[in-house]
Amino acid sequence: MDFDKEVDAKNLNCPLPILRCKKGLNELLGNQVLKIMATDPGSVKDFEAFCKQTGHTLLQLDQTDKVFTFYIKKRNDTL
Amino acid sequence: MAKKLALIASKGTLDWAYPPFILASTAAALDYEVCIFFTFYGLTLLKKDVSDLKVSPLGNPAMPMPVPMPNLVQMLPGMESMATMMMKQKIADKGVASIEELRSACLESGVKLIACQMTVDLFDFKQDDFIEGIEFGGAATFFEFAGNSDVSLFI
Repeated sequence: MDFDKEVDAKNLNCPLPILRCKKGLNELLGNQVLKIMATDPGSVKDFEAFCKQTGHTLLQLDQTDKVFTFYIKKRNDTL
Repeated sequence: MAKKLALIASKGTLDWAYPPFILASTAAALDYEVCIFFTFYGLTLLKKDVSDLKVSPLGNPAMPMPVPMPNLVQMLPGMESMATMMMKQKIADKGVASIEELRSACLESGVKLIACQMTVDLFDFKQDDFIEGIEFGGAATFFEFAGNSDVSLFI
């Protein structure tokens, strides 16, 4: 999947993956996609909850070897 | 309009330093407006140097220990430092953020940090002991924000 920015949040625990994600999204424009990788098993639920509450879109979630990769499309505030 | 989270941080040990900063930084990432009011021992969390925060196993039977340890042993000199060292090691090993890191995240994301002026006076602290970017105020200052908040917690 195409993305505009990549953030590595592997080996970090709650709430750091979410904080890194937020920081990454801040550097993107609306509709751009952030790829973020995490190893915290709690991050799966947390990223879903984060997107649900903030209006960003979780496009895809991949899991390989205990690494979760999230693709998140930034909310377009100009709408 | 953004949701609001109002927290009171009243404890100043290493373990209890986590909940207010974790909740505040996460809420800020979720676009909440956040305010933490630091009072009594919680005020310690606003000091420039928080590297000396400690955790005590004494009187805390829920604290996981490598071997069962009665209170009588835990009260011996050095036990608190040892427990703190072990806790810090665990924090680093498990990729848990340091308090400094979470506090910076709070400041960067615009979390309002208010130091209780009464406690500053009570404990003879100086405003100079604390980090930049905080406010000093009393209970009324807290309620000005908390009165309109969606979530309010005492920690």
